[in-house]
Amino acid sequence: MKAKRKTGLVFFPAFDWAISETHPEREERLLYTQDQVFEEGILDIEGLVEFKPVLATPKDVERVHFCVPDVEAVLTESHYISAGGCKTIADAVLGGKVDCGFALVRPPGHHAMRVVHGARGFCNINIEAIMIEYSRQTYGVDRVAIVDTDCHHGDGTQNIYWHDPDTLFISLHQDGRTLYPGSGFPREMGGPNALGTTINIPLPPRTSKEGFLQVMDKLILPILEEFQPELIINSAGQDNHYSDPITAMNMCAQGYAKLTDKLRPHIAVLEGGYSIEGALPYVNVGIILALAGIDYSWVREPDYQPAEIRQGDDVESLISSTCEDLLNLRQQCALKREKYLQGEEFVQRSKTIFYDTDSIIEEQKETVRVCRQCAGVVKIDSYADTGYHLLGIYVPRKGCGTCQELGRQWFEEGSVKRFDLVCLQERVADEYHVKRK
Amino acid sequence: MIVGLDVGGTHTDVVVLKGREIVRKVKQLTDEENLLETVCFGIFDATRNLEPLSIQRVVVSTTLATNAIVQGKIEPVGILVASGPGVNPNGFAIGEHYYPVSGAIDHRGGEIAPIDEEEILEIGRKLGSAGVRNLALVSKFSVRNPSLELKMRDLLENNFNTVTLGHQVSGQLNFARRIATAYLNAAVVGISRTFYRAVRGCMEQQGIQIPLEILKADGGTMALDSSAQYAVETVLSGPAASVMGTLAFADPTREEVVLDIGGTTTDIAILVDGAPLLKPLGIRMGGYNTLVRALRTVSIGVGGDSWVRLENGHVRVGPERKGRALAYGGPEPTPTDALVALGVVGGGQKQRAIEGIRRLAEQMGKGVEETAETIVTESCSLILEAVNALVNRVNQQPVYTIHELLEGRIIKPSGFIVIGGPAKELAPRLEAMSGLQVRVPPEYEVANAIGAAVARTTCEVTVLADTSRRYVYAPEENYMDRIDRRATKREVIRIALDLLRKKALRLGADEDDLEMELLEDQEFNMVQGFYTVGRNIRVRAQVKPGLISPYREVAA
Repeated sequence: MKAKRKTGLVFFPAFDWAISETHPEREERLLYTQDQVFEEGILDIEGLVEFKPVLATPKDVERVHFCVPDVEAVLTESHYISAGGCKTIADAVLGGKVDCGFALVRPPGHHAMRVVHGARGFCNINIEAIMIEYSRQTYGVDRVAIVDTDCHHGDGTQNIYWHDPDTLFISLHQDGRTLYPGSGFPREMGGPNALGTTINIPLPPRTSKEGFLQVMDKLILPILEEFQPELIINSAGQDNHYSDPITAMNMCAQGYAKLTDKLRPHIAVLEGGYSIEGALPYVNVGIILALAGIDYSWVREPDYQPAEIRQGDDVESLISSTCEDLLNLRQQCALKREKYLQGEEFVQRSKTIFYDTDSIIEEQKETVRVCRQCAGVVKIDSYADTGYHLLGIYVPRKGCGTCQELGRQWFEEGSVKRFDLVCLQERVADEYHVKRK
Repeated sequence: MIVGLDVGGTHTDVVVLKGREIVRKVKQLTDEENLLETVCFGIFDATRNLEPLSIQRVVVSTTLATNAIVQGKIEPVGILVASGPGVNPNGFAIGEHYYPVSGAIDHRGGEIAPIDEEEILEIGRKLGSAGVRNLALVSKFSVRNPSLELKMRDLLENNFNTVTLGHQVSGQLNFARRIATAYLNAAVVGISRTFYRAVRGCMEQQGIQIPLEILKADGGTMALDSSAQYAVETVLSGPAASVMGTLAFADPTREEVVLDIGGTTTDIAILVDGAPLLKPLGIRMGGYNTLVRALRTVSIGVGGDSWVRLENGHVRVGPERKGRALAYGGPEPTPTDALVALGVVGGGQKQRAIEGIRRLAEQMGKGVEETAETIVTESCSLILEAVNALVNRVNQQPVYTIHELLEGRIIKPSGFIVIGGPAKELAPRLEAMSGLQVRVPPEYEVANAIGAAVARTTCEVTVLADTSRRYVYAPEENYMDRIDRRATKREVIRIALDLLRKKALRLGADEDDLEMELLEDQEFNMVQGFYTVGRNIRVRAQVKPGLISPYREVAA
């Protein structure tokens, strides 16, 4: 047996880390997956290579996040390893050692936004974003697409790339009206400088394999073809599974394998998935085999009854109309963009962010400069009920002279009398500056 | 007195030890076509005129199983494989009689699909009429629940000479390797049984009435009677013999590298805390990955007889061997010739060696001596590169807990122990080039036979407990018992060590040599809904490879 595509794996189950003793994000989450992967002999297959994860550094984290009060305070060792495991896979893929890779790591990251006051949705830091920005910095990668197939809306990743026209973020998830975090609707399409590079595909509960593959064929693959990314990342959450205890979807291991086969991501990163006995062992084996180009037709759950979980016609027609809506909305993006360019120089949005895992409420006011040349400098005024008040300024990777200058000016003006900390993420020079009270 | 015999590709070495003293050592040529004669003559020569009753132990390391596998001189095997869902089992096909069958066990050990009895019996009939006499029966996750393998055995065993069951070859997870290991065992178990019975017969003729012990690839021994089932464990015991022979000279407080520099290859092993490192899962054999416990050795094509020539004006050594050294009548220059030309090694036809080196020297426009030095340096640096690569691989081995990743031990060898033909001559150069201490043990040329003589019995057990279902089990040992719902890891460890002790004694170990250690001990809460319903506990323990008690703590 031989892999058609050379595939790297980082397998880091973190058997000694849990959010709390009975929390779904606990020690044995990947135990049965490890048993299945080991028992199948997958790591012996020619062309499958297992890598030991490196540790991410605070510098990697600060390239993406404003951590309050600092990186050390919001991360545990496990987060450094989980983000480091993604870096390891990126190094293997971009360094040419393998064709594609899968970071089977925990804890996950796709609910972590740019500002981090604590953990939300079991995530502290966004491991995909850290990996992507590391890859851009180290390997000069420019255009990246992230396809988030976790059952929950990838609101953290969306937040981080909301203003970035070079990062296409596509999330398909159970409809936000029925599941945490309650966002991810078709009209959320990106900031004024990046309209159309955020795409949200809410799916009705009980969507099965057929629905997911329909969305892949009708929407995702054509959009990817149009965007022409250099790197495709799959946030491979597995909680769409019919046996998942905290969601209401009807996906199966065969469906995940097929979806992976169609998408052919360069890098898959494990996100959620809490049916640790009935789903994860089979779904992960399916994904690994599909990535490597090995026959996955034998992969199925012991209790798999395709007829029982197949979505109804109502689900199918709802999905069809969502796809149509999205295609229409996409066509309006150019016009909307033109309106922004004619309008105010600065666009503001305010929101309240709830950190469910750590029970923190954050009030945020974000200002972006509408820019013809670059992704636009961003300023975030963030106050959390922990008492911390942050001013975070973000100068994008390909920031123009004006935006760079404005970013520096905002940073200098930010008063440590008013804010506990003022941070400047200067991605042009890859620098991070902090002023503290 | 104890006797160690190691059959190598070229030589067979025998030693007789009395206490620390070597009473006798015999080196004879190996007759690959007639291994039985080689072994019996070896024992006969070594024990001639010795009082048979004074011989307390005989350990043999042979190439029998290895050669049979490598040369394809194996018996046909019928292999039935119950895979259930997962990787397509046709991808693991092995041998000429491979049958995927229905029946499945899941990762928790639950039977999720039964055996189809009629299907099994039908395959049995087919194999019977094809003249297949050996069976291997394997199911996925049989180390969690062997019931499918046992049912297949009950249906078929009467019609076959030997039956190898997957869950008995190892307690480790890896279906693909379990298939290969069971297959290879079934393929050599018949010839091994015949061979070792004949060796026993030779010993008895000389009045030696003690059980024969056989060396395994992990550097441990097992009694012959217990080993007929597990013939495959004796493959590649040769490198293990040499490593065990150096153990008495190792410094148990340091990390050291063992180099066995032979004619064709150099074998490399790593000693940590006075014991050799083992491969994480098992040895690779005849093109198959297996679950056969083995020392972590690496073999590279650099030895005293390696072919030396110029490529693009640079000296290249090995990996091929064209024959013996020029100095000993061979066809091409070798590192041995370089040592002879330099006058470091005496004997042989020095002039022939010099001539050979001169031909290379002239093409490079250099002197004979300088060229000979270059050859020796190149050989040593190939060896040292391979050592570094091995050490790096060991340090890069994946781990699965934060603790191991952050606190993981980094191996950093502080010295070399070198054995084999050119050991003495290369030692000073290796020392100069590596900057590490290099030691050559006395009697280094029969270290392999000494290793066989003094290696202790080793074995491994895996014990699993599921406190929500209230049982503890070790399928490999046919062990299953009730356990309290509040049982802890400590209790499971106690059970594992007890099973390990019994197993080791059964395999021929001495009570004094039971140096046991835990290889793995994990404990997980099993949560249903948001409540902890029990614990999943996994313990794996081994008797460490090492030396029998009188030979421990010899040198250093």
